[in-house]
Amino acid sequence: MFTFTIRRLILSIPTLLFISLVIFLLLQLAPGDPMAQVPLTVPPEVKEKMRQALGLGEPIYIQYLKWLKQFFWLEPLYLIDHYLGTRLSWEWTPVSPLETAEQIARWRADGVLRETTAGLEVGSEQLRVISWQTRSPVMDIVAQRIPQTLWVVGVAYIVGILIALPIGIISAYKQYSWFDNAGTLVTMIGFSVPPFFSGVLVIVIFSVQLGWFPSIYDTTLVVNDWASFKKQLLQMFLPVMVLALQITSQISRFMRASMLDNLNQDYVRTARAKGLRERTVVMLHVLRNSMIPVITVIALGIPSIFGGAIITEQVFKVNGIGQLLITAIQANDLPMVQTLTFIFAVLIVLFNLIADVLYGVLDPRIRYD
Amino acid sequence: MTEASQQTAPDAQATRNQWWDVWDQFKTHSGAMVGLVVFLIIVFGVFIGPFIWTADPQAIPSVVDMIKTRDFRPIYTALWDPSAKVSWANPLGTDNLARDNLARLMSGGRVSIAVGLTAMVLSIVLGSLIGVLAGYFKRMDGPLMRLTDLFLALPLLPLILVASLLFREPLANMFGTEGGIFVLIVSLIGITSWMQTARIVRGDVLALKEREFVLAARSIGTSDRNMITRHVLPNVMSPIMVSATLGIASAIITESALSFLGFGFPPDFPTWGRLLNDSVDRMVSYPERVIWPGTLISLTVLSVNYMGDGLRDALDPRIRGR
Repeated sequence: MFTFTIRRLILSIPTLLFISLVIFLLLQLAPGDPMAQVPLTVPPEVKEKMRQALGLGEPIYIQYLKWLKQFFWLEPLYLIDHYLGTRLSWEWTPVSPLETAEQIARWRADGVLRETTAGLEVGSEQLRVISWQTRSPVMDIVAQRIPQTLWVVGVAYIVGILIALPIGIISAYKQYSWFDNAGTLVTMIGFSVPPFFSGVLVIVIFSVQLGWFPSIYDTTLVVNDWASFKKQLLQMFLPVMVLALQITSQISRFMRASMLDNLNQDYVRTARAKGLRERTVVMLHVLRNSMIPVITVIALGIPSIFGGAIITEQVFKVNGIGQLLITAIQANDLPMVQTLTFIFAVLIVLFNLIADVLYGVLDPRIRYD
Repeated sequence: MTEASQQTAPDAQATRNQWWDVWDQFKTHSGAMVGLVVFLIIVFGVFIGPFIWTADPQAIPSVVDMIKTRDFRPIYTALWDPSAKVSWANPLGTDNLARDNLARLMSGGRVSIAVGLTAMVLSIVLGSLIGVLAGYFKRMDGPLMRLTDLFLALPLLPLILVASLLFREPLANMFGTEGGIFVLIVSLIGITSWMQTARIVRGDVLALKEREFVLAARSIGTSDRNMITRHVLPNVMSPIMVSATLGIASAIITESALSFLGFGFPPDFPTWGRLLNDSVDRMVSYPERVIWPGTLISLTVLSVNYMGDGLRDALDPRIRGR
């Protein structure tokens, strides 16, 4: 199992590199020009310099390698620096002997000077992946947006699973009962009603007609007391329910099918014949075996939920990653789109791996080695 | 699937073929039958409807008339709100440019369903081709399946969004504005949704290859081409048909989602998703403009999903004849 995990991890590196190349090349075709917003009064040579500063004048493969270095090397280093206060991501140049004493003193006061065996060196932060829209590092913006997405999507995923499992279990145990038929209908509706309609519908009903919940997610809300916590719960309710309906409908179907497969197995008859209570048979024997495929489906669904949340975030005006992606695409902010799309790809590959490993861990019949 | 069964029905009298059995089984699935009826009603409504309800979905009257006839409510609003602005000339009301909502819904539905069907055909053709090639020719199995895995690992919705902006101009120059966007959306959906079909078909072809009739066909010198078209393809039709049905549903949803996010069809060439998106800003005053297209999308997808469910059961020989 361990060697399998390691092998899959190593194999996922070329996959991810290839995906990043595909995304990069696709974006290279983009017709947009980041200099389009610059006023016409700016002289062409200055424009050319700005272009160089954004790393645009260079050949495509250099741009790609630079992006790779920034994303895989500088950003992690920067993250370490941020938390530990180190300066791993800095670039150091030796201080020229011609430098004036005041300049050196100023550097020393700023704390950007270090002493090595070769002499004094002055440091500066290396260029990170810069958004063309805001001219600030892409990862900083992503880090600002992730909490909103995680709150809404994460809570929705948990709620969806918590609703789906009992529905799936009862539907399978009482197959073709009214509960099963109602459950099938609800899951079919959850499958078929797209989030941009169900979202709008619940806004019309619950926030416009009834006025129970706010229709727009207020991200500036700071939760510090009971009243603001209640407000947070209220504004999260609608987007969470819309997402949870979709998640529930997928997972409860899997749960039902998996339970049905197991309920007819011989070991269930054996367990009943031993005189075990029905509760023990279903909840212990059957449920544990049925959970194996369901857990992998749950793991596989996590990245697609991030992607699917794009629409829900748009409907409820949650300014999470999905909304960030949409605005970046509309503003032709290629570094942002590239980074976000690649983060989605990493999530997909990662959770595929997790699902495979989980399957092997949970099901002793499966041996990868 | 019904088209197929009805087409083959007349010459199936002598030798009762399997699609006849499938149809018998399909008929017993009540959800699937209701789905089929609803789907046919919607399809007839949007394709035949414009011949009966001849209002022009694009016609914008002159300014004075427009102000008078815009923003009509649906006729049924008069039941609970006598002061509502309604007119029998526009049973579902008019939009803010005085265009007839019923005509717009029908023309939007034509585009939505056409996109769904065409994208499904493209994705099924791609998926079956790759699946059959990968399953039948051992040499191509590795590369093609890696390609499938790669596509499965791509974040598809973001890429569709990006690509729909990138290729809009060149395709619009090539096929005209509306045709270009139609080609763009259909090919984007088709290219990003063939993977499941390819995997299922490959698995089935791998199993078929070990069967005796394939060995028999090979022993009389059947060429690869004949082998695939005469012996392999007919035997993998059932999974292909199921994914075709479900493919329509997901294609319609993807197209509406694109149009909803503003990356799909332009406002003067409305689809259901676009109509919904355009109406969201004024949904408090005119909820019907959101509810009608949304309900139609959901109903179409729901009926198609039920049909797929029934078809899957009907094509499963373990259930058939029970």
